[in-house]
Amino acid sequence: MPQLGETVTEGTVARWLKQPGESVEKYEAFVEISTDKVSADVPSPVAGTIRELIVAEGATVPTGAPIAVIDEAGAVAAAAPADQPPAPASVVSPPASNGRNNGATAGGARVSPAVRRLAREHAIDVATVSGTGTHGRVTAADIVAAATSAPVAPAAVRVAPPSAPPGDELIPLTPARRLIARRMVESKQTAPHAWTMVEVDVTNLWAWRMAEKDAFEREHGMNLTLLPFFMFAVAESLRAFPLMNASFHENGIAVHKNVNLGIATATEGSLVVPVVRNAEERSIRGIALAAAALIERARRGKLDVDDLSGGTFTVNNNGAAGSILSAPILVPGQAGIATMEAVVKRPVVRNDAIAIRSMMNVCLSLDHRVVDGALASGFLADLKKRLEAMGPSGAL
Amino acid sequence: MVPERALENRAQANGLIASSDGGPHEVGGAQPGAERLSNLEAVRMALHEAMVADERVLIVGEDVGKRGNVFLITTGFLEEFGPKRVVDMPLAEASIVGIAVGMAMQGLRPIAEIQFADFIYPAFNQIVGEAAKTRYRSNGDYSCPMVIRTPYGGGVHGALSHSVSIEALFYHVPGLKIVAPSTPRDIKGLLTAAIEDPDPVLFLEHKKTYRLIKGEVPEGHFTIPIGKADVKKSGTQATVVSYGYNLHQALEAAAQLETEGISVEVIDLRSIRPMDKTAILTSVRKTRKLLIVHEDNKFGGIGAEISAMVAEEALFDLDAPIHRLCGPDVPAMGYARPLEDAFMISTERMRAEMQKLVQF
Repeated sequence: MPQLGETVTEGTVARWLKQPGESVEKYEAFVEISTDKVSADVPSPVAGTIRELIVAEGATVPTGAPIAVIDEAGAVAAAAPADQPPAPASVVSPPASNGRNNGATAGGARVSPAVRRLAREHAIDVATVSGTGTHGRVTAADIVAAATSAPVAPAAVRVAPPSAPPGDELIPLTPARRLIARRMVESKQTAPHAWTMVEVDVTNLWAWRMAEKDAFEREHGMNLTLLPFFMFAVAESLRAFPLMNASFHENGIAVHKNVNLGIATATEGSLVVPVVRNAEERSIRGIALAAAALIERARRGKLDVDDLSGGTFTVNNNGAAGSILSAPILVPGQAGIATMEAVVKRPVVRNDAIAIRSMMNVCLSLDHRVVDGALASGFLADLKKRLEAMGPSGAL
Repeated sequence: MVPERALENRAQANGLIASSDGGPHEVGGAQPGAERLSNLEAVRMALHEAMVADERVLIVGEDVGKRGNVFLITTGFLEEFGPKRVVDMPLAEASIVGIAVGMAMQGLRPIAEIQFADFIYPAFNQIVGEAAKTRYRSNGDYSCPMVIRTPYGGGVHGALSHSVSIEALFYHVPGLKIVAPSTPRDIKGLLTAAIEDPDPVLFLEHKKTYRLIKGEVPEGHFTIPIGKADVKKSGTQATVVSYGYNLHQALEAAAQLETEGISVEVIDLRSIRPMDKTAILTSVRKTRKLLIVHEDNKFGGIGAEISAMVAEEALFDLDAPIHRLCGPDVPAMGYARPLEDAFMISTERMRAEMQKLVQF
């Protein structure tokens, strides 16, 4: 069983393309292998005749396990007595360590610290990137280029399913879509997501925002949304609950010193999460300006690597599109993601009377490896308290 | 020390500096209210303006008065400011610095001149043991506001005792600031800042650049903060940190590479201590590659400290091993041209190293 990726440990025989007795050319595809990531037609290492298929279609075996026996052309294997080992036959099982170990390039060269870090941040397999450096070394610039353009996939590998049913349209994956898919799957598979929600009375906050809106627009030429208020409160709450601003690692939980808030930002056909760094040191106005600059760059496709890396917590303004409830997927490496849902006027009970208040749901997905429900609820309650305390008397 | 030394020095330095290979390098564009000066003239302008502005400022050293310094930097100073403020000293460097330390502690602002950096060793104890420690030892009761000026560096056919770089011998010492600017403007701004600084500053002037480098210098009082590097050329694919004569070669090499589409950022360190870590780290985080160029010996040189600092702070931004291009680890620069050439770093070598690093 050939190894179809750095982290792949087993493969499934999807389909035999050759049957025993059929001849096969060297490099001719003779079996289709699928893994959790890709499907690939595997080329024959030798020219010859298929003698035996060891693994049945649909069966999964570890990488390195024999899957078939091919009699090499020119050898008189068929005439060999049954009790003798088929000496000239070639057992198909490319070595598991075919030059791709531990992030090394195909040539076995080491990767630089910057390449290793960037590859991890962008979830790129270094082995799939063709290097432009000396002796084909993969450079940091190559990784950045791969993160923003089409990755170079090995020739025999293609993404499953190979084709759409008749009449359906198959939209080819853009590199961005591929990256989103990979990271979302990675997040869901590694971080056990738990979910919780509070409803927040933002009547006073809304009034404050409306009171500041015109002056802000005159001064900065931009619309003052609820997002920077929300981010400010989130940063404060994260300081009060540092475990929410953390990452899970096998050797411990890394609690981050700074609050770097990612903003889930929809762009044309894609999604990026630019990061406002050191949000805990910024005022509401400071956050607003930083976020606006990032969102603007995101929409024009001008973000650079640094804009996108280093996030410690993410916020998502789902409410802008009218959503009142959502269960977001964590950005890999972060312990929490909070959404602000649509602000809607609803009748609520205040002082045993029914009042009309502007209400907003705040939803939180959390990495249950890092924090438990009680702490997350405490964080949300703190956030709710801060948001409800915000009103026209505050300072931007 | 031979008594004729100073006179020899003067003849040698004047003759050799004037015959430096290549024409003057122009630095900076024309500015209103600015004068086009050589590095040497920039030193003179800063000294003169400081002497005029503050009567506590005085110059002590060998041949600084009657001879007007071996490079003719202080010509006319003795006549203008008198023998109490322009003091000719015997060939005794320990005394020159030691006396200046006492003057500084008592409220004067001495500028001690060591005629060539090669002669600074007798003053080592006064600089390291006294000047650098005065503030600490007196628990802040005394400070030592003095400047020790000295021409350093080779490439002028100066042989064993007129070519040395000394910065690494002193940069290990807390309490001592070291400045090594490379352009006329930086020289004036930093020498003025050094004279006004409340603590001792070792001010290094690369003698090959004295007449070779020219550029605009604003008239009147201005300072450039000690401890701030300067991005002399911005670029994206590699960072080169240098200072002194090498800086100008690095800029030349980078300019040549620019025409081939290779973009190198060149940082002029300007201050060796305090070192501008932020400027270096910011640049390295951007370009991910670092080349350090200095004429001083490689082992334990300034480049070693920069390398260690970058490795500590920015390892995961590095896309190539840090590279140092430095003087060889031999005891001195030879007199014979091939030996001198072998010690000095050519612009071609810098260019080749930059190219290799960008391509790595």
